Amino acid sequence: MRHLLSVADLSRDDIERICDRAASFSEVAAREIKKVPALRGRTVLNLFYEASTRTRSSFELAAKRLSADVVNFAASGSSVEKGESLKDTVLTLSAHRPDAIVIRTPWAGAAELVSTWTPAAIVNAGDGKHEHPTQALLDVYTLRSRLGSLEGRSIWIVGDVAHSRVARSNVMAFQTMGAHVTVCGPPTLLPRDIETLGCEVRYTLDDLRDADVVYALRMQHERMDDAFVPTLREYAAVYQVDARRLAPRQVLMHPGPVNRGVELSGEVVDSPQSVILDQVQAGVVVRMAVLYEVLAGARAGHLAPEPQLA
Amino acid sequence: MPEGPVVRAPAPPATLLIRGARVLDPRRALDGAHDVLIRDGVIAEIGAAGTVVAPADAEVVPGEGRHLFPAFVDPHVHLRTPGQEHKEDLETGTRAAAAGGYGCVVAMPNTDPVVDSAAVFRSLRDAAARDARIPVGFMAAITRGQAGRELTEMAELRALGALGFTDDGKPVVSAGVLRKALQYQRLAGGVLALHEEDPSLSGRGVMHEGPLSARLGVAGIPSVSESTMVARDAALAGYEGPVARVHMQHLSCRESVEAVAFAKERGWGVTAEVTPHHLTMTDEAVATLDTSRKMNPPLRSEDDRRALVDGLRSGVIDCIATDHAPHARDEKEVPFEQAPMGTTGLETAFAAVYTDLVVPGVLGLALLVDRLTSGGALFGLPVPAIEVGATANVTLVDLEQEWMVGEGGYESRSQNCCFGGRTLRGAVLLTVAAGSPAWRARAFSVVGA
Repeated sequence: MRHLLSVADLSRDDIERICDRAASFSEVAAREIKKVPALRGRTVLNLFYEASTRTRSSFELAAKRLSADVVNFAASGSSVEKGESLKDTVLTLSAHRPDAIVIRTPWAGAAELVSTWTPAAIVNAGDGKHEHPTQALLDVYTLRSRLGSLEGRSIWIVGDVAHSRVARSNVMAFQTMGAHVTVCGPPTLLPRDIETLGCEVRYTLDDLRDADVVYALRMQHERMDDAFVPTLREYAAVYQVDARRLAPRQVLMHPGPVNRGVELSGEVVDSPQSVILDQVQAGVVVRMAVLYEVLAGARAGHLAPEPQLA
Repeated sequence: MPEGPVVRAPAPPATLLIRGARVLDPRRALDGAHDVLIRDGVIAEIGAAGTVVAPADAEVVPGEGRHLFPAFVDPHVHLRTPGQEHKEDLETGTRAAAAGGYGCVVAMPNTDPVVDSAAVFRSLRDAAARDARIPVGFMAAITRGQAGRELTEMAELRALGALGFTDDGKPVVSAGVLRKALQYQRLAGGVLALHEEDPSLSGRGVMHEGPLSARLGVAGIPSVSESTMVARDAALAGYEGPVARVHMQHLSCRESVEAVAFAKERGWGVTAEVTPHHLTMTDEAVATLDTSRKMNPPLRSEDDRRALVDGLRSGVIDCIATDHAPHARDEKEVPFEQAPMGTTGLETAFAAVYTDLVVPGVLGLALLVDRLTSGGALFGLPVPAIEVGATANVTLVDLEQEWMVGEGGYESRSQNCCFGGRTLRGAVLLTVAAGSPAWRARAFSVVGA
């Protein structure tokens, strides 16, 4: 795999392979010395145009555990604030010959565009409201660990789907893995024609009991300015996943950071059904697998060899 | 101060004999192989192929196997002067127009500064009298600074030669302001050309709202953002009639065509245009987030595209306009959501519609030529005619020649063409505008001279 730009580019086999490799890396994470030489001498550049704590640190940890060198470049406080264009920034940083660029921007398609400007492998860490493929992969990995397989499972994605790159990537990834996906949220926060992705659309949580997995999205406070919902109070009343609505057999997921008391009640966040912290842990090993996938000998189009784990 | 409604730089009149081209003027039932003699810029003689004697001072242009049409007229272009000459200027824009077979264009006033005062209008016409290769007509803004609040001094601007008024690039959001403009039109005259869009519906949208925008996660511009405004403003024109005249710019969706048809059935003073890209492309062309396909209004669904083609055929839509909107390379080499709206179109208009709609038999050639030449008349400009005594406004086209868009560069200063990379049929070889040679294809040689 040359780049990771979109879940739409991934087959079920691709996703299985990345998850399998992530599983082999998870054994490394349990060791006292959490480092393998798999990407020694490679350079990974983190290029972040948006604030990000967990994704960026997770990529940084992943690269370091594979012994790659890591450079972090944040747009704030940089030449970007002096008006440098994305292309000029990428060309400049590309002159340092990074092997991979992990990029997050607020613009759909930016990761793919950047891949046309640099010989480095590009990993999309979020492009606007378009996609967040590594989040989808770590979510599949987490569910595989918990449920064995996603085949035939019912997964509900609840909340602000319109502004969520996580929702778009996950609908595709979960379906690719054989799950049945329902998106649910206020009609003002579900994009028109979203059902053309193959998911079902619901406006209430009335049938939430049908779900095997409940995936709550972050309700972003800034959406309130555009009055997509009348109040957060009404949103919580209709869409909050709480102990009353969540059954003991169901798995609860959230991409973080959680607004306790808005999309999730505090009690379900800390409940045994919640795998939110497993998702965070999965983030590192899945990103290790992704970096390994795009960097280790996959240039010629064939699969990467098995990594050295010692 | 130049005179007349259109302006161009001085150019020597043509004396040439175009021999044996198939002459097609849809308004004159002229369709056959003829010799056409242009003497001192005027069509002096039209005779059967091979019969007209070339005067000693005439160039002889081989026309056999080629088509001679009245030169096209584009009622909607952005020449970017004043203020944005890094995108285009009067010389490059009119050169691109002539290369596309155009003999006259109408320039929009959304420049920097906006053409909203006599001073700017005068200096622009003076500049065109120095730099324009073909005649250019100018529109002035409806509201000062295109801010949508106070009317410009429409009467004075009209007296200086403004063909009409438009805030193109932006809608006139307030129905009250537009109504005042319609009332004032009784004094000032001139057509009100309207960019129809309800910003409260289009919001931050950057492409057609539909399955593709849902998948790409970019904000959509719903069709009703345009069609509700078309319906509103047609109703205002109907109410202020019978002299009220509005022209709906760049229709993009079925509902807008229906709203224009409704208005025309009632005899309201409404006309409409459509662009080559809306006639030939859909939002699927935006799937790769190619910024050269980002324009406003956006490329819409296949159903919308078909409705536009049907509207053009039936006459609900009066003419084809390019909405030629040049942008510099670095302005378009950015992520899709950041890129400015617009595509160039002057050099590809004929070939794109010919290739995609005439060759497959969807539209007739005569109808295409009619719709490419009828736009100026909506603004009071003469329709170019191939007839003895008329000023020569003709374009010679090779319908068989294929060419790849952009391969040989562009005459426009900008490269943001939504047809870039496509192979099209139909190449313009020669354009004579207002009696003077305005453009000649590089590889096209003449004998005699």
